[in-house]
Amino acid sequence: MVTVTVAAGRIAFKPNWWARAGWIALVVYIVYACSLLDVTWARFMVGLDNGARFIGRMFPPNFSRWEILAKGLAESLEIAVLASTLGILVSLPIGLLASRNLMPVWVTWPARMFIALCRSFHPVIVAIVFVKALGFGALSGIAALTVASIGFIGKLFAEAIEEISLKQVEAVRATGAPFMNVITYGVLPQVFGRFMGFATYQLDSNLRNSTMVGIVGAGGIGGALFAAFQRFDYDFVCAMLLSIIFLIFVGELIATQVRAIFLERTRVDEE
Amino acid sequence: MTVAVLEARTWRRFTPAQRLARFAVYLAMVTAIVVSIQTVEVIPEFMLDAPEQMADLLKRMWPVAFAYYPKGVHEALVETLHIATLGTILAVLMAFPVGLMAANNITPSRTLNYIAKLLLVSSRSVNSLVWALLFVAVFGPGALAGTLAIAFRSIGFVGKLVGEAVEEANQGTIEALQAVGAPWLSVLTKGYWPQIQPAFWSVVLFRWDINVRESAVLGLVGAGGIGMALDTAMNLFQWDRVAMVLLAIFAVVIIAEIVVTAIRKRII
Amino acid sequence: MENGAALSIQGLSKEYSRGKPVLRDISLEFAGRGFTAIIGPSGTGKSTLIRCINRLVEPTAGAIVFQGRDLVKLSGRALRDARCQIGMVFQEYNLVERLTVMENLLTGRLGYVAPLKAWLRKFPPGDIDEAFELLEVVGLTSFANQRADSLSGGQRQRVGIARAVMQHPKLLLADEPTSSLDPKTSVEIMTLIRDLGTAKNIPIIVNMHDVELARRFADRIIGMAGGVIVYDGAPAGLTDGHLKSIYGGEDWLR
Repeated sequence: MVTVTVAAGRIAFKPNWWARAGWIALVVYIVYACSLLDVTWARFMVGLDNGARFIGRMFPPNFSRWEILAKGLAESLEIAVLASTLGILVSLPIGLLASRNLMPVWVTWPARMFIALCRSFHPVIVAIVFVKALGFGALSGIAALTVASIGFIGKLFAEAIEEISLKQVEAVRATGAPFMNVITYGVLPQVFGRFMGFATYQLDSNLRNSTMVGIVGAGGIGGALFAAFQRFDYDFVCAMLLSIIFLIFVGELIATQVRAIFLERTRVDEE
Repeated sequence: MTVAVLEARTWRRFTPAQRLARFAVYLAMVTAIVVSIQTVEVIPEFMLDAPEQMADLLKRMWPVAFAYYPKGVHEALVETLHIATLGTILAVLMAFPVGLMAANNITPSRTLNYIAKLLLVSSRSVNSLVWALLFVAVFGPGALAGTLAIAFRSIGFVGKLVGEAVEEANQGTIEALQAVGAPWLSVLTKGYWPQIQPAFWSVVLFRWDINVRESAVLGLVGAGGIGMALDTAMNLFQWDRVAMVLLAIFAVVIIAEIVVTAIRKRII
Repeated sequence: MENGAALSIQGLSKEYSRGKPVLRDISLEFAGRGFTAIIGPSGTGKSTLIRCINRLVEPTAGAIVFQGRDLVKLSGRALRDARCQIGMVFQEYNLVERLTVMENLLTGRLGYVAPLKAWLRKFPPGDIDEAFELLEVVGLTSFANQRADSLSGGQRQRVGIARAVMQHPKLLLADEPTSSLDPKTSVEIMTLIRDLGTAKNIPIIVNMHDVELARRFADRIIGMAGGVIVYDGAPAGLTDGHLKSIYGGEDWLR
């Protein structure tokens, strides 16, 4: 960042004007945006005061209504599992159809458009639409998260397929195998590991989202959470948040284990 | 001379232990699915009603209320972008120390590693919408709550990936800087930072993209941005305006993706 | 004209896992000048020995006396100061790939410059002058502002050597500096190391597996096998018999 010119005009460090301009622009932006959004130190301090009181009301967490808690969590879990399953089932063929190295353009284009559409909207917005169409309850949540899953898994699956070595596919085709066998023995072994990777990631992600689609009425613990907020039952809110964090933590542990088993990174019989 | 006896050799893809593990996972997955199908409460009438309801909804959304844009939508949209950007910047500032603390090659203490990882997991586990609820309760409705919600949610994401990038840095380079007698801070700035730079920018861009999507819905709980326009329109059943808002969100998300892809090509 | 400092290794032992010592009670004296080559088969502890000197590897037992202090007992600031005085060249060059050649050279001064100044690249002009001079010596002047990862292996090692010399060290270590290079470049690199070391009048200790190279450049050869020293003397005295006891096997000697 500093130009040091020495005798005979030797430059030690070329000043990177783009980088400098970038940093200055960043600082200017922060000041501008803060004033625009009314993010001031005064408000922040007042908020901290509120915050302290707020945290005081959240602790100790109140687990007395644990039946509602358990029911909500269970429903969220179910929504996540079913949405992931449906999402995976649908993403497999759609991802295959969207891969440009295996399919002709008139097939891949609509498939890719569909996947992009599924990705564009936030799961909550999709949930709102489904609540209007399918009514309150878990069904809307499952539908909304399935759409989100297709958007994520479909895209990554198509990308994984596009990165495979076509030589292996050719080899299987050369044996005279029918199309489905080509897929099973030529394509799938190469992508299965990565597929498990993002399938487990999406399961985690669905678990997280399923805890909050309830806020708009799509089932799961989100509904109870929102209701508790509006009633100012902050200690119950705290209990629910802690359970959610715990559930997701466990989910991540399980996902890591599953990935280890399927990506064969841990060989169980090592000496 | 010994006669070798050829036993019938079967080809196995996985060792018995691995097969057991994989089978266990499959079994668990199938069980989870079956149990879920049986316990989830689905009202069949709603499902049958669905196509009719969807058609009705689409009818009410047309024609899209484009005229609503300048007054009701534009400002909120801009506010949404600021919430996303400022929130991401704030998150990066906070994520750096925590991410470094979680990296086991920088912080030798296992306890500190664990605490940092716990903080990062907690940040990720709580949805931005829920963070927004919390901050609205503390700071009152408006963009401040939204920005903080985005920031706190993103710390886990950025911190985890930065920590991983640091753990994967080339240790040989770091060794050389230690052998030179460089103080710890210089090892960080001259040894680790140049190595993690591409990954860092990639993560920040990725997160900003996601945050633009997330910021759009925070208004549903009062945390500022275009979600509030959405909420108002829905509460008044003005579906044509709802359609306008949804289109605007869609457009902004697409633009954000284009911007991110363009920057990514230039930097990385 | 700088002067080197003497190094005294006393009773050095290292076990990576209990009961399996890699270095057994090594004692060596190094004068403040001269080129020493350590040879021996892979895994015999040559690299461990070199790395114990600047504590990149922690010794299990023993003392390493340099400039009147036992390096094994140092920590924190004192250890860093001691490391400043010891330059090291690595087999894999260990440069900061994304920084320029000039910046890599200046990382040799990181032990002398405050972190904030280093971050803002405010190095003392004397350092910058010296860096340019060194670049000329190693023949890389036109590469000054190129990224390190755009250089060839031999060029990168020259940057590595220049970086070590930038420290104004009193001792120069090299851990298999030519093992990743082709024969011609290896000779160039060894020549560079020897010439720079002689010019600055500092002792050089190099770890290598190429016996011919060792014979050609060193004025003292230390042969190790099984974690102990089996030969310590002039290159001329290194007979086939000695090599057999160091490396085992006869076929490769033909």
